[in-house]
Amino acid sequence: MKRHRLSTRLWHWINAAALIVLFMSGLNISNAHRYLYWGDYGFDPADAWTSVIRFPAWATLPQYYDLAAARDWHNLGAWVFGIGLLLVWIAMLANGHFRQDLATSLRNWHPREIVKEMFAHLQGKFERQGAKYNSLQKMTYGLVYGVLLPMMVFTGLAISPGIEPAAPWLIDIMGGRQSARSLHFIVAWALFAFFMVHIVMVLLSGPVMQIKAMITGGTLEETRNG
Amino acid sequence: MADLRRRSLLAGIAAFGTGACAKLAGSETGQSLFDTAEDWHRAAHRALAGRQTLAPEYSLEDRSPTFRGNGSLTVDTPEYRAELANGFAGWRIAVGGMVENPLILSMDDLRALPQRTQITRHDCVEGWSAIGEWTGPQLSTLLDAARIRPDANFIVFRCADVLYGRDYYESVDLVDAYHPQTIVAHLLNGEPIPEKNGAPLRMRIERQLGYKHAKYLTAIEAVASLKDIGDGKGGFWEDYGNYQWYAGI
Repeated sequence: MKRHRLSTRLWHWINAAALIVLFMSGLNISNAHRYLYWGDYGFDPADAWTSVIRFPAWATLPQYYDLAAARDWHNLGAWVFGIGLLLVWIAMLANGHFRQDLATSLRNWHPREIVKEMFAHLQGKFERQGAKYNSLQKMTYGLVYGVLLPMMVFTGLAISPGIEPAAPWLIDIMGGRQSARSLHFIVAWALFAFFMVHIVMVLLSGPVMQIKAMITGGTLEETRNG
Repeated sequence: MADLRRRSLLAGIAAFGTGACAKLAGSETGQSLFDTAEDWHRAAHRALAGRQTLAPEYSLEDRSPTFRGNGSLTVDTPEYRAELANGFAGWRIAVGGMVENPLILSMDDLRALPQRTQITRHDCVEGWSAIGEWTGPQLSTLLDAARIRPDANFIVFRCADVLYGRDYYESVDLVDAYHPQTIVAHLLNGEPIPEKNGAPLRMRIERQLGYKHAKYLTAIEAVASLKDIGDGKGGFWEDYGNYQWYAGI
């Protein structure tokens, strides 16, 4: 039995590439208007709830300000990301990955459990209690798969004027088009935060073995020792 | 050994990040991938929303306090200054190209046609939005009166303004041209359209981004192909900035 299924591994790397393209082209797009608003309209910096920095060229795609090219990258990346997310959810539900490895039980959400796990993490002990992932990992991956990644799709659709006639309720539940745009930005940074923690955890837990396992599949035995 | 391999892997990723993306984007394959994504978006939007579904309309109190002007804010010619001073009494709009019955319409002619009033949200490609009430005849009324020929595929909007040394123009396909909310607006919030917002006439194509909503309109032209107009990409921003022709996303 492999540690990571082929579908998980394929999606992981394709999704990583799509997210990097989307994030960096998104920063280029953000430079076109650096103010965020709540509600249905907003164009006056005086009405903005926040303004963001001008992202430096090295952090953006392409690496100079070009709204049209950034939108090309963003719109292409969105198809890869959106279809990939749909397929991986279908695969996860069909092959049991979600039920076996990611679904949490009520016990995982008990505050005492969470505090205990956090202390264990801080001491570098990643207890799994026989499962593939510990409950902090399950919660984090659940949040990413179930909330953050789908939110990027839905907030992205909501700021598209061609989608709005088909699903006006989508924009309404987000509190308006500018609210959807703000949420798109906030969730993108939440995913960036996950990305950073994810990288740190990989580095702390044997990066060569972890990356190799995510490429070749690895074996379950390796995990139990780690 | 493993360390060396990792370093070259990282270098490879970095090279991909800088050089390869630029190369891919500049290549024909890259451009055709982008074009494919744009076609998929248009097909998906049309499949989901249909041809006639309306963009949301708002109530009077939802309007933004002002309506931002962007891009061209005026037309820098003596003719335009004179028309502006004169309340656009002499402004004419031509409906021509591949039509059986070319028209020249005055502002009074346009006001005499059946009118549509809609309070809609304008989304700029940059990210900001403004809500305003627009009034004018539907473009379909004009196209029907001019009787566009069956071999026409696009409607081109000619404008009086010049931006970065180029004549502003835009175009849409017949689905957007005949959409009920595609109007030739002459009023914004019940008043003649202000100079910065495109006086005296501005296209409203509500299911697309702001740069499709051509200002300072002088002519409407039915054509079979866009390739001989401007640089052939279908509009000022498409030619000048390589913007997407389908601006529904």
